[in-house]
Formats: sequence, C-alpha cells, structure tokens
Amino acid sequence: MSQADIFVILRGLPWTVALTLGAFLIGSIVAVPLLAARESQFLPLRLFAMSLIQVVRGIPPLLWLFIIFFGLGMSYFPISPFVAALTGLGLIAAANMAEIYRGALKSIHHGQWEAANALDLGRLSTVAFIIAPQALRVALPSAASYLIGLMKETAVASTIGVAELAFQGNRLSQLTFQGLEVFAVVGLLYVVLSLPVAWLSRSADAYLRSKVAA
Amino acid sequence: MLPAYEELVAWLPELLAGLTISLQVAALSLLFGMPLGLLLALGVIARSRILKTVSLVLVEIGRGAPALVLLQFIYFGLPATGLTLGSFTAAVVALAWNTGAYTSEIIRASLQSIPRGQRDAAEAIGLTGVDELRYVLLPQALRVALPPLLGFSILIFQGTSLCFTIALPELVSRAYEIGSGTFRYFPVLLAAGCLYAAVSVPAAILVGHVEKRAGRYAER
Repeated sequence: MSQADIFVILRGLPWTVALTLGAFLIGSIVAVPLLAARESQFLPLRLFAMSLIQVVRGIPPLLWLFIIFFGLGMSYFPISPFVAALTGLGLIAAANMAEIYRGALKSIHHGQWEAANALDLGRLSTVAFIIAPQALRVALPSAASYLIGLMKETAVASTIGVAELAFQGNRLSQLTFQGLEVFAVVGLLYVVLSLPVAWLSRSADAYLRSKVAA
Repeated sequence: MLPAYEELVAWLPELLAGLTISLQVAALSLLFGMPLGLLLALGVIARSRILKTVSLVLVEIGRGAPALVLLQFIYFGLPATGLTLGSFTAAVVALAWNTGAYTSEIIRASLQSIPRGQRDAAEAIGLTGVDELRYVLLPQALRVALPPLLGFSILIFQGTSLCFTIALPELVSRAYEIGSGTFRYFPVLLAAGCLYAAVSVPAAILVGHVEKRAGRYAER
C-alpha cells in the first residue's frame, strides 16, 4: 500500500468525525425531552417514551439507515446519504443517551431532592440547579464510552454511500485488491481515533466526580 | 406506506428464512465467541508476557475496530493470504472475534470484582489453579457477568445485519432484495424492522429482569 492510498483513506476522516459528533450532539439534546417524557407522571406519555426507546434500540442501526435512506428517501422525499445517516444515528444516540442520563439521575442521592424540597425549590429549579449539574458529571464516563461506540457505529453509513472511513477502505480494496492491508489500516484508524476520547474521559472523570455529593 | 396484507403474506417466508440465518449466525458467534472471551480474559491477566501481549492485541483490535470493518477484513482481506472463507463462515469468525473481545472485558471485570479473600481461601485449602477457577472464581464471576453478557448477545444479534455487506442472505439482505425488486422499500424494510424488534425488545426486557435479580450478587 502506497502513501497515496493512505491519503485516499484519510479523505474519509472528516466524514466519520462529522457524523460522530453530529449524531452525538443531536442525541445528547433530543435525549433530554425524551428522558423527561420517560420519567413523566403522565402514564401514556411515559409508556410512549419507554416503547420509543425500546423500539429504536431494538432495530439494528444498519436497518434504521436503510429505512430512512431507501424506505423514506427513495419513495417519499429525497434525502442525501449524509443527512439520512445523521438522522438515523442521531435517533439511536438519543435513545441510548436517554438511558445513560436516566442511570445518572438514579445515582444522585435522594437527600439532594429532599434538601431542595426543604429549601422550597420548585421541581424545575431542583432539576436545573441541583440534580442536572451533578447527574451530568456522573453521566460523563458512560457518555464518553458511548461516543466511542457511536464512532464505530458510523461505519454502517458506508452502506448507504457516505464517503467515510469504511467506505473509502471498501472502495480502495476493490480498486487495489489489497483488502488485507486496507482494512487493517482502516481498523487501526478507528482504534487511534478512540484513544484521545478515552484519555480525555479518564482524566475528566476523576476531577468531576469530586464535585458530586455522596 | 404500510405493507398490504397480501404483500406481507408473500414476503413473510422469505423474511423468516433471513431471520433464521441471522439467528444462526448470532448463535454460532456467541457459542464460539464467549469461550474465546473467557480464554482472552485469562490471557490478559496471565503472568506470561507473550500470552498477555497476544491476548491484549486480539482484544483491543476486536473491540476497537468497528464490527463492519472486522467483517470486511476477514471476508475481503483474508483471501490475499490464501484463506478464502464463505460469507457464512466469515460472518461467524468476525462476529465471534468481536464477541470474544467484548466478553473478555466483561468476564475480566467480573473476575476482578470477586473479593481477594476468596482466592486466598482457595489457595489456603490447597486448590490447584484450575480447580480454584472452576469451583471458586468462575461460579461467582459468571453470576456477576450474566446480565452484561446477555445484553451483549442482543447487540450481536443486531450486529448480524452487517452481514448484508458480505452478501450473506440474512434478514436485511432479503428485505433489501424484495425492496429493489418491487420498489416497495419502506414497507418491506419496516417489516424486517418489526422482526428484529420482535426478538430484541422482549429479550431486552428479559435482560432487564435478570439484571434486577442478579443485582444482589453484583453488590457483594
């Protein structure tokens, strides 16, 4: 494999990064109202959010992208591969992030709610000023490992033609018949990409954890 | 937008045949992958340098690279070394590797969660290394590891959808083929999605229950 080949693969890097960060951002934001619905006092809303999360997680990412790109895109409204991938992965990220937030919420000591109640803070203020700042800190390590998982998940976008790392690798292996080296380099690139996230999360975790009430 | 009843009846045999292949690949991958995971877990905590390095490399690549890339590496890459695998075998090998890498971390964490005193006690009554593992450590560790292992099994079942890219006639491939033949992509893909959900969602609920019940073992 020549140096030029490696540059061809690297051309996929911006797409992988954009897809990962975009889907993660969408997921982290959409997960908040989703979690609010999941924890709502109103039973129908709670059931709706619960089943939505289960169904989104129950269907493989590849099939979600197909449903959006081929199912909706080809028959109802045209959609670009990148937008389809972003929508599908964003949806999946939202369901998974909602579960991560929920786990973090559960880990906050009950006394925090009681103390806020004793100070006569409203439910919204309690969540916004007392619970959420601590829960986010607890959620960080799981969110970081999910971010790494999501990055690897973006490889499925190659199947609908987003020109990211796996797509470039696939095309190059068909051109050069050197699948062994090409896929080894692509696999290694994903490993290398996950290293800074893992490192950042580990060093941030210890610092943030010290600011959560036991 | 929804599939008509006649369409569903026409598609269902084909889709169910695909689901059967998906389930077979998932079952075989787990069957080979989980023992591999145990071996890799023992390899990573072994004293021998070589064993440790080999296990670590296998685990880090198996977890670090996307399953899709592993699959294509084995199916499109390995033939260059003279080893050509059919798509079914390649799928099982790749997903078993993936399973081995992930489950080794789960099993290792559960082995390390057992209090040190258990090992000391096993040594004190003169158990050999294998007996210590077989009668003292593993029975306790596997209880802790069971919920995450089951959870991972669902992910591997979903991961079989990646075999679409190596032309294995599993569920997604069949649905896509029907779609391109009839141009009824949305209904048929939706039907395939329902079949996946029909397996994954009850399984996920079951795992949730197991998790709650196993909680008392994990807390010790």
